[in-house]
Amino acid sequence: MEKILVLVHLDEAGTSLPKTAFEAVGAALELGSPITIGIIGDNVQSAADALATTGARILAVSAPEFSQPRYSSDAAAAEALCRAAEATIVLAPSTSRFSRVLPGVAYRLNGAAETHITGLNPDLTVTRWFYRQRIEATLSRATRPWFLLLDPGTHAAWQGAPGTANLEKIAVTTTPRTTVTGIRSPQQDQQTIRPDAKLLFVAGAGWTKKQADGQPHVADAEILIKGFLNNSGASLGSSKSLVDQGSENQAVLTFLTHLNQVGQTGATPRHPKGLSTCCHGEEPHVVGWRFINERRAINLDANCGWARGKADVVYVADAFEVTKKLNALLAQKHEEKLAVAAVL
Amino acid sequence: MPNFHIVVCAGIVPDPLQTLEPVTTPTGPGLKNEMMLPAVLDPWAGHSLYEAAALAEKTGSKLWLVSLAPKAKLQQVMMTVAQKVKFELVPIDGPLGGFTDAYSVAAALADAIQTIPDLDRTKLLVFGGWESATRAAGVTMQVVGERLGITEQFQGVDEIKVSDDGSFEVLERIEGGRHQVSKCTAAPAVLGWATGNLPEPRNNPQVGMVNMRTVMPALQKAKAVQIAAGTLAYNAVALPKQQRNTRVEKNMSPDEIAREIAMWIEE
Repeated sequence: MEKILVLVHLDEAGTSLPKTAFEAVGAALELGSPITIGIIGDNVQSAADALATTGARILAVSAPEFSQPRYSSDAAAAEALCRAAEATIVLAPSTSRFSRVLPGVAYRLNGAAETHITGLNPDLTVTRWFYRQRIEATLSRATRPWFLLLDPGTHAAWQGAPGTANLEKIAVTTTPRTTVTGIRSPQQDQQTIRPDAKLLFVAGAGWTKKQADGQPHVADAEILIKGFLNNSGASLGSSKSLVDQGSENQAVLTFLTHLNQVGQTGATPRHPKGLSTCCHGEEPHVVGWRFINERRAINLDANCGWARGKADVVYVADAFEVTKKLNALLAQKHEEKLAVAAVL
Repeated sequence: MPNFHIVVCAGIVPDPLQTLEPVTTPTGPGLKNEMMLPAVLDPWAGHSLYEAAALAEKTGSKLWLVSLAPKAKLQQVMMTVAQKVKFELVPIDGPLGGFTDAYSVAAALADAIQTIPDLDRTKLLVFGGWESATRAAGVTMQVVGERLGITEQFQGVDEIKVSDDGSFEVLERIEGGRHQVSKCTAAPAVLGWATGNLPEPRNNPQVGMVNMRTVMPALQKAKAVQIAAGTLAYNAVALPKQQRNTRVEKNMSPDEIAREIAMWIEE
């Protein structure tokens, strides 16, 4: 029988576990074997208590130096937990912290790691994407320990009452040469990436091109897009071509960076809905939409790639016109809601 | 300003605009007409090369490009890449494709890095893409680092700033479109790059001529390696089956479209 270890770490605040940790625990429990949970962080007792009723053995590497996401200390902690649990299967959420470190830990233990797992079957075959979400494969490995990093949102989170955990602490010493000095966020008015948003709005290069009057209207595009993001609470994505225009000093939407990039060389975010505007809908862009459930597109070209089975609805129209009307409608609805709330 | 020995690991991938179709080959899954598909430098690894070249120029550092691919394909890609920035190529003649085992690839890359003459491991910065556009695993760079005994590693890097004392600050991508800022006291380190901040350099034929003096002889001497599949077994490899029944609306007014989209957003 496999010995299953679920590795989790505390969230940035250092007080609780991120949702993805509960998803990994849920996935592990579905495999049907007894599990061990390993927690990395500083003050881990409350996190352990949150998992107490899973019935799992709970191990922890806890000390102030493990509050910082950093390769050398996280690798030492994860390695110690794996050795203590004598794990053959290690499940972990695909957070930036674990994605950085677990492939290296697998090497230290003569194991192997598979990342971006979207499906985990009871027979220990896993599903993941290759060629940037263009080809899907189901695979297995005989190598143990086998580390599986589960993509967020692909498994149901374990839900159970908290209890009092019997925590087994593992002592680990490290001498890191790296210090995490902070987190750099975009300024509040520039915060355009919202991972929890219900809608992904993707701005394509068409926003910066010449319009019907023969002139580009980049400033107008910027106002319309920001207006839409404020009114709808959507997360903003962009095609690579639009992002690259910025680095090539061409006129472009000032709030776009490479972090907004979705597609072949960008992110593949997960949102329930996606609205593409002024994108041509070819495969390199569409891979960024692989995990968007409902897809609509606004495009002037009726023959664009979106029309070929990639979007649910393609509106052949001027995105400037439509977005202007849409913003007015969304603002009106917002005001109506505020008025109703005030009456209540 | 301290100088470094910068080694960039960069593979080659099919041009993103190509249609990809998986097939079964005697050695496992592959792509239909894989050797015929036009290839480009792996995009994120490409960004790491341009960032490395900028850093090398600023600090007077040495720059090597280690690349694992069939020799003929590598030569084809180098015709373009070698015109962009100055580097010394360390080619490894091996298989192409995303279905190879990342651990075996990392072993070949680490072995090649260790054979670079006069490489000072105390000054070593190993660059590469944080994920490839083929396997997209985000495994190779960490394992290369482990094999070289490097415990300071950064992934999803968008910026490195070097101080006069040899320490450097690194910006790594984390959740929510933010960056984690870290300070590392000194090399050696591994940096798996995201897009960085620099645009792709324009082709410069003069740079190309300088590079090609060393690239062609290096390619001729490229060491051939076998990439073991290990215990990795593929049960199924397929294109996504979902084909949406797209409704194309050509005659709706902007008002009608806006109303429909607003309702859809609210659903």
